[in-house]
Amino acid sequence: MDTCINKIREISLELLEKGEVDKVIGFANGTIPMATSPIAVTSKQDIEKLVFNSTCGLNLANYLKQSIKDQKSKIAVIAKGCDARNIVTHIVENQVQRDQLYIIGVPCNGMIDKAKIASLFDDDITSFSEDGDTLNITSSLKEEKLNKKDYLRENCQLCLHKNPVIYDTLAADLVEEQTLDNPFPDVEKIEAMDSDTKWQHFTDLTKNCIRCYACRNACPLCYCPTCFVDESGPQWVGKGQDETDVNTFHFLRAFHCAGRCTDCGACVEACPMDINVRDFTRKLNKDSFEMFGWEAGLDLSKRPPLDVYSPDDPNDFIK
Amino acid sequence: MGNLLEHMGIERDRVHFSWISSAEATKFVDVVTEVSKTVRALGPNKKLVKDYN
Repeated sequence: MDTCINKIREISLELLEKGEVDKVIGFANGTIPMATSPIAVTSKQDIEKLVFNSTCGLNLANYLKQSIKDQKSKIAVIAKGCDARNIVTHIVENQVQRDQLYIIGVPCNGMIDKAKIASLFDDDITSFSEDGDTLNITSSLKEEKLNKKDYLRENCQLCLHKNPVIYDTLAADLVEEQTLDNPFPDVEKIEAMDSDTKWQHFTDLTKNCIRCYACRNACPLCYCPTCFVDESGPQWVGKGQDETDVNTFHFLRAFHCAGRCTDCGACVEACPMDINVRDFTRKLNKDSFEMFGWEAGLDLSKRPPLDVYSPDDPNDFIK
Repeated sequence: MGNLLEHMGIERDRVHFSWISSAEATKFVDVVTEVSKTVRALGPNKKLVKDYN
């Protein structure tokens, strides 16, 4: 994966030099080790700022709409499997036009769980590098060599679409997709609980939530100009850290993602309190799959399940 | 939505969905009776309730 950055830079440079695109949306190194942030590169001097490694866990589909300045402009975007699925979702939902995008596809071997790695160290991590499947991480107290496969994010371990589903060019060879006997072990674990245990699970899960809305802001699906939590007339949900308000926020945000979520993990990546927000959305992904045979963002020609009516839709719930 | 509420721990029998025309008085009565029967069986709800006191 680390070698594909040269290819990404090469493609980006060519696109910018030929004037085919206004900017390239990609990842740049963050201000601390083991962190990357989105960047819009507009000039060839900045091409070297582009990076791609196992810490690029955010979803770049989130930054497309605001980066396209008018109907004539075209931008390039670097897309992992999940980013590409969210780009498809954006096109289907008329947020961006396909012909305004140049998609540089990057087959992905998964992103790393930064919280899990940080928990191995007692002090701050001072450097991070990767060599194939080996992660080299140092702090002032110790140095660790880790196998990347053991430190993948949970959504990456369960990922069934590592290769981008839509692209104009590829920056690396396609990788082999995994098949899982059970793609939803985490959801089933919660489903097996009784009502009170479930409630306790979600209350414990969100008890540290500080309502910073980083999960919402990192999510490519959350593009409403005014989010329901920011509305003041009517105020749908209280703004404090009351347990009910916090759970209402997470429940409703998740439901707005029903049939649209690609399980990219950007919400969890962005959460400063390390809350696994995916516990909410995963259930909806499982339901979408079981009830509608639907996985979001795979096909430009299909409308999302909650967007269309079919006589075969499951309707046992209605009296 | 019922599924996600159930997943969060809100009992399935508390949440009911129906489509009743204004001309279907008997259906309305049947549904309301059914709803109150199942909810009463569960007892008072303590989850997702905001305490304003």
